[in-house]
Amino acid sequence: MKMLTFFRRTAKEILRDPLNIAFGIGFPLVILLLLTAIQSGMPVSLFAIEELTPGISVFGLSFMTLFSAMLIAKDRSTSLLQRLYTTPLTAEDYILGYTLPLVPIAVAQSIICYIVALLLGLEIRVTILYAVLSSIPMAVFMIALGLLCGSIFNDKQVGGICGALLTNLAAWLSGTWFDLELVGGAFKQAAYALPFVHAVELQRAVLQGDPAGVFPHLWWVLGYACMTVLVSILVFTRKMKKE
Amino acid sequence: MDSIVISNLTKKYKDVTAVDRLSLSIRAGEIFSLLGVNGAGKTTTLRMLSCLTRPTDGDAMLHGKSILRDMQAVKSMIGVSPQETAVAPNLTSRDNLEMMAGFHGFSREKRRMKTAELTEQLGLHEILNKKARMLSGGWQRRLSIAMALVSQPRILFLDEPTLGLDVLARSDLWDAIRALKGKTTIILTTHYMEEAEVLSDRIAIMKNGRHLLTGTPDEIKNKAETDRFEDAFVKLVKEGN
Repeated sequence: MKMLTFFRRTAKEILRDPLNIAFGIGFPLVILLLLTAIQSGMPVSLFAIEELTPGISVFGLSFMTLFSAMLIAKDRSTSLLQRLYTTPLTAEDYILGYTLPLVPIAVAQSIICYIVALLLGLEIRVTILYAVLSSIPMAVFMIALGLLCGSIFNDKQVGGICGALLTNLAAWLSGTWFDLELVGGAFKQAAYALPFVHAVELQRAVLQGDPAGVFPHLWWVLGYACMTVLVSILVFTRKMKKE
Repeated sequence: MDSIVISNLTKKYKDVTAVDRLSLSIRAGEIFSLLGVNGAGKTTTLRMLSCLTRPTDGDAMLHGKSILRDMQAVKSMIGVSPQETAVAPNLTSRDNLEMMAGFHGFSREKRRMKTAELTEQLGLHEILNKKARMLSGGWQRRLSIAMALVSQPRILFLDEPTLGLDVLARSDLWDAIRALKGKTTIILTTHYMEEAEVLSDRIAIMKNGRHLLTGTPDEIKNKAETDRFEDAFVKLVKEGN
C-alpha cells in the first residue's frame, strides 16, 4: 500500500511536468524525424529507419536517468525526503517507489518511438514488440543510474551531469549517429566498454530477428544494469541512514 | 504529564558541539518554543527528537518511547514540518495530503476522511485542487503543517514555521497553530521573538548548543527585569555562558 502510494506520487510528479514530456518523449522524436528527413535526401544509407529507431529508443532512455535523479535530488533539497524519513516508510518503499514507475514510462516511450518509426516507413513485424521488451534491461540501468546520481548530487549538478553529460554520452557513444568503426581506436574501445552501443546493437539484432546477434550485447547491458542497481541501492540506503 | 523528557542530549560533529547536554521536559498539549540565534542548536535538537539525526550522547523519551531504541514507535507518534516547505510540487494539495495518509498506511476511505478533516481544520478549501508549486509561501507552509498532521501525531515539530512569510500570512499561520493547542504537543523553533512570545506556553532559550533557561514569556521577562520580551532575550543571551 505504502509503496503503491509512492509509485503513484513518482508517476504523477514526472508526468505532470511538461518539460519532462517535451524532453523525454518530444526531443528523441524530433531527432528521429530530423534524421529520417536527412536520410531521404542522401544517396547512402546512413540513417536507415530500422538502424536508427533502436538508437533513438536507447537515446530516449537516457532521460529516465534525468527524471529519476532530478526527482530524488529535488526531494532532498526541498526536505520532502527528510519529512518522509519521519514516516514508517522502509528503504524498499523508497527504492521501489522511486524506480518502478519509470519502467512503464520507459516502455511507453519506446513504444511511441516505434509507432512514429512505423509512420516513417519501418516495416510492421512482430520483432518490434520484442525490440521494445529488449529495451527494459537498459531502462533498468538508466533508472538505477538516476537513483545513484539523485542520491549523490544536488538538483543543479543533476541537471548538468544527467541532463547534458549523460545524454551526450548516450548519443555519441551509441553508434547511432555514425559508425564507430569509422572512428576506431580509443574512441571505439571506450564506446564498447560502456553499455550504450551494446544496448543499441542488442535492440537492432532483436528487431532484425537475429537471435545470435543478441550476444554478447545482452550480457553487457545486463551486467551494467545489475551492477548499477546494486551500487545505487547501497549508496541510497547509506545516504538515507546518514541523513 | 510530560510528553517529552530530554536527558543530556548531545550532538557533536567532529570538533563542533551542536547540542551540548540538553535536558528539559515538555508537557503534553503545550506549545513549546526553542529560541536562539543561528547556530544555537534548535534545528539539530528537533532533528534528534524526530529520529532524523542520531545523538552522540544522551536520550529523549517521547511518551515513554526512546529516540534511540524505539524509533518506529516514535515515528508513529510524531509529525514534522521541516524548515523548507517539503511538499511534492507537481501534486495538488489534496494529492499531497492523501500521499502522506497513504505513507501512514491509511485505507482509501480514511485517506479521504483525513484530507477532508484537515482541509476544514486548516482552511485549505481554496487551494485543495491547486498544484503545490503554484501556491504562495504562506499556503505552502499551511499545507506543510497539514501534511505533518495527517498521521494524527501526538507531537508536532515545526521548524521555523513562518520563515519568510509576510505579516498577514504569519498571522494566519499563528491562528492555525493556536487552533491545535491542547490537542497536540507542539515544539517549534523560531528566530522571531514576537512569534515565540505570542504562541508559546513555555520557551527554552539556547545558545551555542547549550540550554540557558526555560520559562513562560512572563517568567523570562521577569528574570531579565525588562518589559519587552525581545530585550529580555538579548540580555539573557548576551549574559548567558
